[in-house]
Amino acid sequence: MAELNIRERQAGDITVLDMDGRITIGEGSVALRSAIRRLLEEGKKNILLNLAGVGYIDSSGIGELVSSYTAINKEGGQLKLLSLTQKLRDLLTITKLLTVFDAYDTESDALSNFS
Amino acid sequence: MTEQTSRLVLPSHIEAVTDAAAAATDFVQSCGVAEEAAFGIDMAVREAITNAMVHGNKEDEAKTVEVTLNCLENAFEIEVKDQGEGFDPTSVPDPTDPANIMKTSGRGIFLMRSFMDEVQWSMRPEGGTTVRMVKKF
Repeated sequence: MAELNIRERQAGDITVLDMDGRITIGEGSVALRSAIRRLLEEGKKNILLNLAGVGYIDSSGIGELVSSYTAINKEGGQLKLLSLTQKLRDLLTITKLLTVFDAYDTESDALSNFS
Repeated sequence: MTEQTSRLVLPSHIEAVTDAAAAATDFVQSCGVAEEAAFGIDMAVREAITNAMVHGNKEDEAKTVEVTLNCLENAFEIEVKDQGEGFDPTSVPDPTDPANIMKTSGRGIFLMRSFMDEVQWSMRPEGGTTVRMVKKF
């Protein structure tokens, strides 16, 4: 089984990535990077990462989230986060990245806050 | 808490990090460490091994990383040894500083310090760096 499984769906012009697994150095981080790169190449710039199924992330995975955020912003798009687990929320809090990322508990809230 | 020791010797390639972290997690659980502390230990072990492989041994597969896990009566102790050229932990900037917050790397040591009670680095006379971390219970 892959370290990180990513399923893609559309909600209007917003692409939702439902992620399940771990975003860690190696396979998990690479899978996220590849998915974001491919979406940007396809012109899909508004992306919601559903992290409900991500129980673990390391510093490499956190770096990949930052890299994704920067790459999407550079293309004029938006990246938002959905359904952080408590551990992931704690990690983004201590690294002060919750001040950077828009994170939502419900998908309807997240989708309505894309401009 | 059952006092016991586990030692792993790993090749310096990234794929080994996940297996080593899983082995460390199994060992931590066998020691009876509470889940919240186990998560922090797992995180610190993973980051220390990654640093040793990537920044210490520069992913040179001829070099190994040695991990020793000690489950003590009131603490969990971890030592990670690389065969690199040395490391100055003070050279790593604070990743929570606004100037660094959007950097894509440089958070591993911060996380190790966040989750463990003690983190110390030392250079061995024969070469290589040892990082020793302690989580008290």
